[in-house]
Formats: sequence, structure tokens, C-alpha cells
Amino acid sequence: MNDSNYCPHTPQEIQEMLSVIGISSMEELFAPIPSELRAKTFNIPPGLSEFETYDKMKTIAGENSSDMVNFIGGGFYDHVIPAVVDHLSGRAEFYTAYTPYQPECSQGTLQALFEYQTSICRLTGLDVANASLYDGATACAEAAMMALRITGRNRIIVDGCVNPFSRQVLKTYLYNLDVEIIEVPPLDGVLHQEALKLLLNDEVAAVVVQNPNFFGSIEDFSSIVGQIQSVGALVVASVYPISLGLLKTPGEMGIDIAVGDGQCLGNPLSFGGPSFGFIAAKKASIRNMPGRIIGETVDKKGRRGYVLTLQAREQHIKRHKATSNICSNQGLCALRGLIFLSSVGKEGLVEMARLNRDKAEYAKARLAGIAGVSVLQTAPTFNEFTLFLPKPAEAVVGALMKKGIVAGVPLSSYFADSENALVVTVTEKRTKKEIDLLVKELEVALCS
Amino acid sequence: MQLIYEKSIPGRRGIKLPTSDVPAASALPQALLRQEAAGLAELSELDLVRHFTNLSRRNFSVDTNFYPLGSCTMKYNAKVLENSAALFAPFHPMTALLPGGEEFCQGTLGMLYDLGQMLSDITGMDEVTTQPLAGAHGEMTGILLIAAYHAAKGNKSKKKYVVVPDSSHGTNPASAAIAGYEIITVPTAPYGDMDLELFKKAMNDEVAAVMMTCPNTLGLFNPHIKEISDIAHSHDALMYYDGANLNAIMGKVKPGDVGFDVVHVNLHKTFGTPHGGGGPGAGPVGVKEVLIPFLPQPRIVMEDDGKLMLENSNPCTIGRTAGFFGNFGVMAKAYAYIIMLGREGLIQVSEQAVLNANYIKERLKPYYDLPYDMTCMHECVFSASRQLKHGVHAIDIAKYLIDRGYHPPTVYFPMIVKDAIMIEPTETESKVTMDEFIEVMIEAAKTAEDNPQALLDAPLTMPISRLDETKAAREQNVCCQW
Amino acid sequence: MSIYFTKDHEWVKIKDGIAAVGISEHAAHELGDITFVELPQIGKTVKQFEVLGSIESVKAASDIFSPVSGKVTKVNEALDAAPEIVNESAEDAGWMAWLELADEAELGNLMNKEQYEEFLKTL
Repeated sequence: MNDSNYCPHTPQEIQEMLSVIGISSMEELFAPIPSELRAKTFNIPPGLSEFETYDKMKTIAGENSSDMVNFIGGGFYDHVIPAVVDHLSGRAEFYTAYTPYQPECSQGTLQALFEYQTSICRLTGLDVANASLYDGATACAEAAMMALRITGRNRIIVDGCVNPFSRQVLKTYLYNLDVEIIEVPPLDGVLHQEALKLLLNDEVAAVVVQNPNFFGSIEDFSSIVGQIQSVGALVVASVYPISLGLLKTPGEMGIDIAVGDGQCLGNPLSFGGPSFGFIAAKKASIRNMPGRIIGETVDKKGRRGYVLTLQAREQHIKRHKATSNICSNQGLCALRGLIFLSSVGKEGLVEMARLNRDKAEYAKARLAGIAGVSVLQTAPTFNEFTLFLPKPAEAVVGALMKKGIVAGVPLSSYFADSENALVVTVTEKRTKKEIDLLVKELEVALCS
Repeated sequence: MQLIYEKSIPGRRGIKLPTSDVPAASALPQALLRQEAAGLAELSELDLVRHFTNLSRRNFSVDTNFYPLGSCTMKYNAKVLENSAALFAPFHPMTALLPGGEEFCQGTLGMLYDLGQMLSDITGMDEVTTQPLAGAHGEMTGILLIAAYHAAKGNKSKKKYVVVPDSSHGTNPASAAIAGYEIITVPTAPYGDMDLELFKKAMNDEVAAVMMTCPNTLGLFNPHIKEISDIAHSHDALMYYDGANLNAIMGKVKPGDVGFDVVHVNLHKTFGTPHGGGGPGAGPVGVKEVLIPFLPQPRIVMEDDGKLMLENSNPCTIGRTAGFFGNFGVMAKAYAYIIMLGREGLIQVSEQAVLNANYIKERLKPYYDLPYDMTCMHECVFSASRQLKHGVHAIDIAKYLIDRGYHPPTVYFPMIVKDAIMIEPTETESKVTMDEFIEVMIEAAKTAEDNPQALLDAPLTMPISRLDETKAAREQNVCCQW
Repeated sequence: MSIYFTKDHEWVKIKDGIAAVGISEHAAHELGDITFVELPQIGKTVKQFEVLGSIESVKAASDIFSPVSGKVTKVNEALDAAPEIVNESAEDAGWMAWLELADEAELGNLMNKEQYEEFLKTL
């Protein structure tokens, strides 16, 4: 009897197959493994039925608090997801396929990813995009490594306003390389441009910035971009796709490489993944890009089709000289991103960005009206902003969590001397009622 | 088929957004705004649904076609795994990272912890980090852990090399190289494994790690693996296990028992999570005790009372390899897979994966050259060298299979086999399916002799025939200009 | 003007102290349709058998090793837009770079045309 219903053979079939192979027992198949190397213990519990499995998963999910009202972001955002995203990406022809190595029987995935690349180019205003990376933080690190390759230099300058997780991942990626990372401390929640200028010279490979940044501030990097490029360095910008419904694009600012996290584009929060990272760049640097790239071409009869292209950059051909070690990407999440963007559409994304900002501005004004509360930045903000509270933010957040409200991300874990600072995120999903409740409960917490 | 942008009609809407219940904010300064809206598609919901549904029909997939893509373990993906992962969709990862936030995330943290425990048992490791987002990402993480180990011993500048066999996946040398190591490649011996004598010559005290896939990419288990580990350890080089082929040995051998110090596991291969047209995967990394101090943060730890907490204060950590806790949704599927199959089920998976590969190998052996003729594990590697005499390459056989409704095996890998055809049926395929496939493979071998042109012209039944890849690479049209 | 070859299938022709460098017809044929040639920077100095550039086809990538030591004085920019020239005329119009020849004695480490053709038969 089979213990797994996913192994289909009957005992008779197993016997037939063993006799074709010319052996009499399953055990003989493992004869090449010396007996002294065989496992002595194996303590996985006995298996469950499908129904018991699902029940157990439900129990586990039930151990998390599920009815929290979220005012947190930090790279992952609670946005609407049109029903078509689940249904279409849930077609097994998409999700049970693999990397489209054989283009004739993979045109579905290939064309979708070509359309995805197009959507990323149009969002960011840049020329070329790849078929996705793992997440926003690793995409940022890949972009920095791309700049190291292009310039042949070994110093990266990072704006201290960049998401701290991205900065940590960058440090980890460069951990064993001879690369120097210099951070520019933030100034009033924006890039300290004067401090950055003092660091610019011909040893700098890239300057990494973020818009809107971790504090929520919106910036225009147009003027500093030229100064960075004049020393031969590249500018890498991490951007928030929803904000690009409104905000000046990396392309318009002259930025060389744009990256970001695609979770906000139709991917559920799912405790941090899977999402996808995107990367877009100017055409001249396409050969230095990491990961899969889909290109358009024709077949023998002149019919249009799509293939994995520029594969000679990649690990399966170039091995240790490849532009990156990436093999699997986040194709299905990128597909969700494309379906999301195509469902929301051209005008819809503008509207959605506006909706986010409207809600956040309402919340910002109401929260800043609480006695003792002020806003960190004078710069405009998108759907996140930073408050100074009259009390340490950690305690306030802790008190509100007990009431089912996640009020924001205290900055104390990430920045020195910021005990009272709190980053609040308001997406289009938060209702006026929920925002008013946050204001009311925050007032209570600050008074007590 | 038209691109979605070519179907776009200005003014069409696919979805209605929530109505605003707050006043409109004052406009942003012009200098901060984009000049025109991004040129996204504008379609009705029905047109959008038809577009993607019709695109999906242009794919072969496990649910529609036998997909024996060697090295990729394209097994069936149980539907209950999808349902299980969906349960976790609403949980924000940042909640757990807030002060005291763990209390609200005991379910998800507990699942990650338990998954780590089970993967540790399967691989013979002491602790697992779930952060790495794919197999290659796990490789990079593992190599960085090894680098941290050497650095902590004051050997950072001394340890310069990583040794890989020439049959390794390209990701192995690529991961080691981006982590700052130079690569030493050891050739494969006639017995199908890394040449032991050449390996001994290649080893010295400057080697930081040896990366092995076991069973290797020829589908063969290396009987000298313990000896190789011992030699590596005698030079204070650590052993890295590429878990791509773990599907062959669950419950049979534990990498940790045969000398490996670090392991990555491809959840999308061995543990039945779908491949998603190229991802998402997940590449948890298991380590022996000596490497625990260097694991990425935050690390999930269980306190005496059973509470799960995040530990963020380790001075030796390599830092953080991903934004949050890894591809949680993928891990939820793998977790459900492991508890559903259980101990006996996992053993059976490996046994029947090996049975199926050997069955195909024996049946096709008379028709295709088998460069390493011995008992294989979960996959078998043929060469199209016999068909080459008729001008037929591995790729032509692959294209013929497409016409017959099969996703081709992996071709041209491993590179050490001329015109390689690497077949991995997986345990979930029935004998009937394999018998039909075998007949078509035999037919392909005969056609190569009788009518090679038929193979060179294939495929003829798809919406497109073979594409001009040279044109794609030269023109680099990677974004729709419409 | 005589031509010399390396075991890695590069060629060099010398005229007035200038070495023209490219890959052999055999190599171009083996690579298949060439999609990209990475040319060296003008002014770069290389030693004999060091990496000068690289060449890619759809499914392969290989380094180009310099047959002689010298300083790069000119590169074949036509290959940027039309790498297929290497397929069409590997040992003439498909040249990749000119170098100021540093040491004529290095030619002794190379094969002449007859020797190279013999060498190809051994592969």
C-alpha cells in the first residue's frame, strides 16, 4: 500500500518495473549508497490526510492575530488586490510550469513576462527591465553589484533614508568583497545632499537612494543625479511602484538603475513573501543586468514570439563569470504584478496613488493635531510619514497593538536617537473610520 | 497573439477602486510629479481575463503535460498546498518585528520554526534559516556563512578558493564568485563522480569550501563522499551541499551524516511547491552547530515556555539576506507537504523517484547512449551522440517531444555530457505515462535514423516554430514599443 | 603578411609593429551566430595570453586571450552594431583590436597557419 497518494504505482506495477530494471527489491536501488552512510534516524511524524493537513494549517494560521488594523509599511503594503489576480495567476498552466527554457511550449509565460518587463519600463521611465528578482531588498543589492561591475570601482554610498532592511541586505551581499559602503546620515528625513557631495569622487561606483524614502518623504533627485554621474558613478533608486502613479519617474530624474519591491502590485502580505523585486535600467547597461531577460523575435515563418535572451550573461553558461548567481526568480509574483497593473490600468494607477496620498494626508493632519505630536519632515510625503510623539514610540505602539491597531513602525530599532519617532503608513484600504480610531486611541495612549 | 498593450483602448477600466471617504489633499509641487501617466494597459475585466487565459493555454505545465525536466524535479503540486498558503495572506511581516510583536505572530513564527526542525532532521543539520529566497540565494547565504566562519578564525585573507566539480550547477561557481571566492574546478572521472585523485591534488589550506551536489547532476551517488568530506575538513575547508537533488535520498541518507556542514534545500523541487513559471522558490539553509553563530537575523528561537521570539542581537551574524523571513507562502506549502506525507511518505517519494528514473533508463538504454551506465538515483542522463551521426542533436529530439505533447527533458546539461538529455520523471508520474513517453522517445530515435529532417523541422503543432534566438540577442527588444 | 594562432583559437597578424588580433574561422564556426563582442578599452595594456575581451553567441560565452603583449591602439567598432561580421569574415573584417606589439619574440609561442591546421585535426 502506498503511504502517499501522490505516488501512484500499484504493487504489481512496482514489481514489473523492478523486473525491467533487473532487481528484486526497492532496496537494491539504493545499493550505490554505502551502508555505513545510511541514515540511522528519521523522525518526521506520520503523515496526515489532506483534510487533517488543511485543518492543522488553519490552526496554525489561527495562532496569529488576524483582525489587526495595519498602519505599517516598511517595504510591504496592505493594498487592494483585484479578484482577477488570484484567478488568472492561479491557472495551473502558469503556476505549474517552470522557467521557459523551451520557448515553443512556453509562450504563455514568455509573453506575459515580456509584457511585465514593458510595464516596469513604463512605470519607471527606463529602457530595459528584467523578468524579476527575489525582492526589493535583494534587487537593491543586485543593482549595487551591477554598478560595481560597470564602473570597476569598489565604493558604494547609501543614503541613510533607504529602507534599513535594504541597507542590511546590501551589507550582507558585500560582506566578503573588498567593497566599502558609506552611509550618508539623513537630514530632517531627506537625503543630506551637501554631505553627499563631499563624498563624491572617482572612486564611487554608485549612490543608492530611495523615493519615497523610509521616512515617507518624497524627493526630486534630478539636480544631484547629474553631479553624481559627473564623477562617473551611477545612481540607483529604490522606488515604490504605487507612488509612480503620481511621482516623477527615475527616468525623468536621469537615474541609471531603478529597483523596488513588487509586493504592492497584487501580491498578498503573506508574512513577508513571496513578492518580487524589479530592476530597470538604461539600455546601455543591459548586458550587466542580472537574471532572466525576455526578448522579442520571430520564428522561421516570421511569426512573432518571445525567448529568454542574453543568456550568455547567466550562471548556466558563464558559471563563475556570470553577472549574478540568480536562477529561479519570482516569475509568478511578477505575473501577478502585471495582472494587477493591467487591471488597475493607466488611469487607475493615478487614481490609486492619489487615494493613498489623500488618506495619508488626512491622517497626517489629524495625528499632527494631537497635543505634543509633530511631523518630522517638511518635505511632502506620499502614503507614509514620520511623527514625533511626546513619549517613546515603542510603548505607544505596544499599547495600541493590544487594542488591535498596529499604529506604525517605531524608528528606535533602526536609527539612533529616535525613541519618539513613529513611521505611519496609510494605504487606500484604510477607511476614514479606521484613521479616526487610530487618532482617538493614540490620544488615549499619549494621555495615560 | 497580440500583446496586452496592443489590445488597450484609452479610457477602458478593468477595476473600480474604493471611493474616497476623505478630503482630497492639496496637489504636490509640479517638480515632484511625473509628466504623463505610465502607459499601462486599459482593458475591460473580461478582455483582461481572456488575454491571460489564452496566454496560459500557450504553456506546457505539470498539470497539462508530462514535464521530465531533469534537475528541476517537476513533480505534481498538490492542490491543498495552495489552499494552505492562502490562509496566511493577510499577515503583515512587520508586525513580528515590532517591539513585542512576536506575541501576535506565534502561528507563523511557530510554523517557520517547526519547518526548520523538520528540514534539520531530513538533512542532518542542527539549525535552519528560512530567509533565502531561492536555491541560488541559499547557496550565496551558505557561502557567506562559510566566509564568516573563516573570518572569525582570522583566516579571511588566507581562504581564497571554492572547489566545485565540473558537473556542478552553474549557480555553484556563480554563488561562490559573487561572494568573493576564486573557483577551482575538478573534472569528472570515468566512474561519473568528481575525480578523487584530482580532487586531492586540488585541495590545500587556502580552500574555503567544497560545493557538491549528491547525488550529482549525472544522477549518481558519490560513494567517496565521506572521504571527500574528511579530506576537505583536514584543510579546514567546509562542505557545502547543493540540495537540488535531495528528492532522491529522503530518509535514506542525511547530508549532515556524511560530512556536510551547510545545506540548501529547494522547497520548489523536493517539497512539492509549484515552480511558478520560474519562481517563487525558497532556499532554506541548514547548518551544523559551528555555523549557528553566523546565521542571518532575525533568528527565530524558542524560549523555555514554548514561546517563539526573534533574536536580533548576535554580533557574529552575516546580517540579513532578504527583506523579511523568506518566501513564507512557499514555506507554508512545503510545511503542509511534509506533514501530509509524513515519514513513510517522504521515504516513498525518494524510493519511487529513483525507481521511475531507473525504469526509464533501462527501457531507453537500447536506443540512446548512456555515458554512465550504472544504477542512477532520481534522474538519468543520456547523450544524443548516436543520433548526432544522422545530424540530429539533443535539441531536435526535444522539439520533437513538444509536438508529441511532452515537455522536453533538460538538454545540454550537464555540460560534460555531449548533447545531454537529462530525464527526471519524479515519483508522481504513473507507469502508464512513462510507458507512453518511452514509446515516443523510441520513436524519436528511430525517426532520427529514418527521417532526420522530421526532427529538424519540429515542432510543427505549436503556435510558433523554432525562434530566431540570434535576432533576439542582437536586437535586445525587451520592452514593447507600442 | 603572416598570421599566427594560439591554442585558444585567436589569430594575430603583424605589420609595421602593429598587431591585429581576432578569433579564427574555426572558433567563429564553433561559437555559432555571434551576438556580441566585448572589445577592450583603447589604451589598455595586456600581456600575452591575458584576457583581451570576450565574445558571446546565443548559448556560449568565451574570453578572448591576447596572442601577444602590447597596448591597445584601435578597436573594431563596427562589431558593436554588427557582431555577425566575425561569422562572415573572422580572419579579416572581423578583427577585434590593434595592439602596439611589445615583443616580437613572443610570436615564437604561437603556431603558424600550417601548424594551426594540424592542431585543429587533433581536436
